[in-house]
Amino acid sequence: MSTPPLYPTPSPTKARIRTPLARARGLGSAKDGTGHFWWIRVTSVLLVFLTIHAVMLAVGLIGADYATARAALGRPINAIPLLLLILAGVYHMWLGMQVIIEDYVHSEGPKVLWLMLNWIFSAAVGLTCVFAVLKLSFGI
Amino acid sequence: MAQDDPQASKRPQRPLSPHIQIYKREINMVMSILHRITGAALYFGTVLLAWWLVAAASGAEHFARANGLLASPLGLLVMFGFTWALMHHLLGGVRHLIWDTGWGFDLESIDRISWATAIGSAGLTVAIWLWAIIGKGVL
Repeated sequence: MSTPPLYPTPSPTKARIRTPLARARGLGSAKDGTGHFWWIRVTSVLLVFLTIHAVMLAVGLIGADYATARAALGRPINAIPLLLLILAGVYHMWLGMQVIIEDYVHSEGPKVLWLMLNWIFSAAVGLTCVFAVLKLSFGI
Repeated sequence: MAQDDPQASKRPQRPLSPHIQIYKREINMVMSILHRITGAALYFGTVLLAWWLVAAASGAEHFARANGLLASPLGLLVMFGFTWALMHHLLGGVRHLIWDTGWGFDLESIDRISWATAIGSAGLTVAIWLWAIIGKGVL
């Protein structure tokens, strides 16, 4: 066996001349840049306001009869923030759960599987909620 | 593990790297752990939101049944936990946004805003439930 390189490189035949710093600049080791960090922040700022709205809407609807609740949930002033809450929420939770999986699942196969299930779960919950709010709004 | 490693007997017995149970419990550490736990709980809690919205979209009968389940003792307990998890994760998120600006990294500020997360989330949860109980006749 030859002497191992001082630091791991993607391939022994190329990119060896690049320093770790040069590789860290730009997209970094995850080849993803700061996208994950950025979108967690964007969605979290949005979710602060949308969560306050949703909690007030939910408590306001306690004890309401069906017609009142349906009308309230379907009104654009409530339905649009709800749709935004769902979209920002499932994107935020998808990103968050990805970090948890990457932290605790170390073998490649199960990790890929859990990352897929994360996407499927988030998409399914999001689509279900969006469908229900649209149905409440358009009343079909 | 060790018996599979032919080099094991030649290596000195060094301690393993310290894990969370080694460290003294600090408030920011507890808040950090709770932020992840509440985040994961809310992840699965979205199923409840989806279920309730689908019930509302499915007609008066389904909606009444869903609200009946939420008003049961177990339903109320779950909703109380949901409220606290949401408030805790919300304030924890705001704390992280404050840290993102670069402010609050001295030890005193870390302790102060971590305690603010703990007390604030409990306070907001109680306030929301007082509103629900007194204002809306829950219980």
